[in-house]
Amino acid sequence: MPSVLPLGDPAPADGLLPAQAADGAARRAFCLYVHIPFCRVRCGYCDFNTYTAKELGSGASQDEYSGTLNTELDLAARVLRDSNLPDRPLATVFFGGGTPTLLPATDLAAMLTQAESLWGLEPGAEVTTEANPDSVTPESLEILADAGFTRVSFGMQSAVPHVLKVLDRTHDPERVPQAVQWARDAGLKVSLDLIYGTPGESIADWEASLDSAIACAPDHISAYALIVEDGTKLAAQIRRGEVPGIDDDDHAAKYEIADARLAAAGFGWYEVSNWARTPDDRCRHNLAYWRGDDWWGAGPGAHSHLGGVRWWNVKHPAAYAQRLATGVSPAAGRETLDAGTRQLEHVMLQTRIIDGLRTQDLGPNGRKAVAGLIADALVDPAAAFAGTIRLTLKGRLLADAVVRRLLED
Amino acid sequence: MSPMARTAPVPAATDPAIIRNFCIIAHIDHGKSTLADRMLQLTGVVQPRDMKAQYLDRMDIERERGITIKSQAVRMPWELDGASYALNMIDTPGHVDFTYEVSRSLAACEGAVLLVDAAQGIEAQTLANLYLAMENDLTIIPVLNKIDLPAAQPEKYAAELANLIGGDPEDVLKVSGKTGVGVEALLDKIVRDLPAPVGDPEAPARAMIFDSVYDTYRGVVTYVRVVDGKLSPRERIQMMSTRASHELLEIGVSSPEPTPSNGLGVGEVGYLITGVKDVRQSKVGDTVTNLLKPAAESLGGYADPKPMVFSGLYPIDGTDYPVLRDALDKLKLNDAALVYEPETSAALGFGFRVGFLGLLHLEITRERLEAEFNLDLISTAPNVVYEVTLEDKKVLTVTNPSEYPDGKVSEVREPMVSATILAPNEFVGTIMELCQSRRGDMKGMDYLSEDRVELRYRLPLAEIVFDFFDNLKSRTRGYASLDWKADGDQVADLVKVDILLQGEQVDAFSAITHRDKAYSYGVMMTSKLRELIPRQQFEVPIQAAIGSRIIARENIRAIRKDVLAKCYGGDISRKRKLLEKQKEGKKRMKMVGRVEVPQEAFIAALSSDDSKDKAKK
Repeated sequence: MPSVLPLGDPAPADGLLPAQAADGAARRAFCLYVHIPFCRVRCGYCDFNTYTAKELGSGASQDEYSGTLNTELDLAARVLRDSNLPDRPLATVFFGGGTPTLLPATDLAAMLTQAESLWGLEPGAEVTTEANPDSVTPESLEILADAGFTRVSFGMQSAVPHVLKVLDRTHDPERVPQAVQWARDAGLKVSLDLIYGTPGESIADWEASLDSAIACAPDHISAYALIVEDGTKLAAQIRRGEVPGIDDDDHAAKYEIADARLAAAGFGWYEVSNWARTPDDRCRHNLAYWRGDDWWGAGPGAHSHLGGVRWWNVKHPAAYAQRLATGVSPAAGRETLDAGTRQLEHVMLQTRIIDGLRTQDLGPNGRKAVAGLIADALVDPAAAFAGTIRLTLKGRLLADAVVRRLLED
Repeated sequence: MSPMARTAPVPAATDPAIIRNFCIIAHIDHGKSTLADRMLQLTGVVQPRDMKAQYLDRMDIERERGITIKSQAVRMPWELDGASYALNMIDTPGHVDFTYEVSRSLAACEGAVLLVDAAQGIEAQTLANLYLAMENDLTIIPVLNKIDLPAAQPEKYAAELANLIGGDPEDVLKVSGKTGVGVEALLDKIVRDLPAPVGDPEAPARAMIFDSVYDTYRGVVTYVRVVDGKLSPRERIQMMSTRASHELLEIGVSSPEPTPSNGLGVGEVGYLITGVKDVRQSKVGDTVTNLLKPAAESLGGYADPKPMVFSGLYPIDGTDYPVLRDALDKLKLNDAALVYEPETSAALGFGFRVGFLGLLHLEITRERLEAEFNLDLISTAPNVVYEVTLEDKKVLTVTNPSEYPDGKVSEVREPMVSATILAPNEFVGTIMELCQSRRGDMKGMDYLSEDRVELRYRLPLAEIVFDFFDNLKSRTRGYASLDWKADGDQVADLVKVDILLQGEQVDAFSAITHRDKAYSYGVMMTSKLRELIPRQQFEVPIQAAIGSRIIARENIRAIRKDVLAKCYGGDISRKRKLLEKQKEGKKRMKMVGRVEVPQEAFIAALSSDDSKDKAKK
């Protein structure tokens, strides 16, 4: 999650939600995101809300973190009950960061256990943790699997040492296949994250990374174009001319290569940056974001969404811990979306995924735009005639433009 | 003893023998207004406590830019050798675009103070106005100003002035408007040297209008110089060019605040108020006479102001169109030279094609529209008026490239100017090079002094309206000065260059150029646009064409990627806000066919890089 919080309305100290949050809740999946704000080193490209282990003091240290987080889970259960939301078991849980696996596996297990005791898990619930290839062992993965984790997502990023170096990634690329194998042995599904378009990465470098990821035979691969965020070390390096800048045409070429190689290896796209071996292997937690389901985001800077109410926690782990210690909701700000804004988000998000957007969900001008999108080969004609906007490969690369055309007044 | 007059002569009862009418010819920053202020103080018509710096420049923009746009006349009493005199100082506009108004101001005077900065020497416009004054047989009093400046070279420039008007360098007065040194001597010299006005007091009235100003409270205030007869309050007067008659609601003199009088007699200078609301009803150069006892012949020399340069003015926000219309209507009340008509551009929407006397007039008008009416405007590249003869002998007047006929043209005539350039002699070569590249024809060259040269060229007006002055200034490190006046027309090999975006012609970028320059215009514009227009979802060819012949081409490659890679839970609000911002931004896009062109691209493409300063002289 980006480190800059949006502007919104203030959130109340008790965290109670407006009535709108409960409307139709029974029809929406309920998910939990747990943010672990720790990394061993901060990567040059990363603007996420993370801290190196030694940056943080009392109440927010790694040792105390799971306890603090569990306090927010307790508060969440109370807020949901007091805001008249129905009891719903968790459909998915996702531990992200940061590097969740910097914490002892037993801490991750403790937080999952706490969540399970508060809400329960749906049968077959998906429980994922992100991990660095060099922060797992066969034993730690074993503990996670035993605690109920079903899936691990490794930040592989690249198989090429000079690319990893620009990204400040410390792991040895040789370590990835091994980590994947350990996870498989523990009975966990595996996803690999890749980044393309890093300054200095050649086409051949990218092909090597793809091939290397495919060779690990994961269930799921995410491939992200590198975003250079303001305020990161990488942005400064580019500004100073120390490393070359970002080239969108290079990104486009690499995306097309990724889609072709992944398709050839049996991975199908289901979201702009995500491919899965089978529909069952898609990340259901992430799909919840795009489908407008409900989730509670716990941890500093985490975002939540319940029925068109979005809010976000204070960013700094110390401030976060402080709030919880005094019984105050860690929510920093929130926004209550009106019908028009929810509709806009629906179009913006639903267009990104393979389910697509139903044309009947569009306004009259949006429907008029469809013919042009077909003509420009941005949406699949057959699907469009059947009433669904589904992006073509070209359309995925221009997804934001497609969304703007669908939302034209 | 103060030379201030103890008894000021009374208007309408002043013997012409004690009247002196004069103007000050000076370059913009040579200190005319400061000198005028000093005269107002010395003659006692303005008390020191009321003194605003540069009293006579009424409009804010004038004060800001230090130039005088509209002239006024001030009556000042002065005493010499025990006799009282009435001095009328007629202020002249100081810029090349207002030559006609200058000529009318000069025609109202018997003499002129030639005021030159003692540190800079004479400039081209001053020289041009000096020639105009000499043609009008005015008595010239040469004066060097700013002699208090350390950089002043009074001997050198006195020699230059003496050389120009004939006479002795010793006769050149040396003053400082700032400290007041020499100003009394100047006033004395005006009384001594200038001839008194001569006219027939019994004849039907003839008064020449030399200025006409719209005042919100009083309507049009008309400034006149009476030649023959007398004008009296409440009588009916007639404008000789239009035969329109008005009642004289008020007549008087400025000293410098308007002071009603019993009328104006021979040789006097003052103002008239008739209640008309539009300066077009009281035109500069026209002759005013009595309705009941009209003069048989006007004073002559009247000419309608003729716009020389046209530009399209468009509000950046289309909903401002009515504001722009009202603003132009208001400015027109005070500017007889401003002409405009509504125009529609496919690219820029609704606006006006506006005619101006020259580039400064354009610049000032645009600045006033933006400053006084809070408008954001795009102005298209200025162009001149072409006379196009078709093969069927039909003649068209083209003030806008989009009106240029397609094919079947037998002849095109373009307006010409004669230009005078003054510069230090070291720059002669570079100036000649510049003028030749602008199709100039050298008419002569003279040394004003050892190291200063006057170059005379005949040039197409079109070649000097865009960036000629900028170029001249930068090639001469700011030392050259320029003056020009209309000088007929000539047949020229001109073509219209169109700019096409994805095959769609963009009217705002069309230009009429000489055939030899069409290619460089095409290359310049297409490459400029390639930089300015963002990549679209499809390839956009940018072409420059003469008719159907493409002369230059650039390509904007299609954008291949426009998607945020990550859009997870914490990204959604931010992404949505970005989307909303982009939707807003889209409203500031102009559509050319399917191509989205940001307003900024139009503005940047239509402005030369340092256009802000181009008209400042």
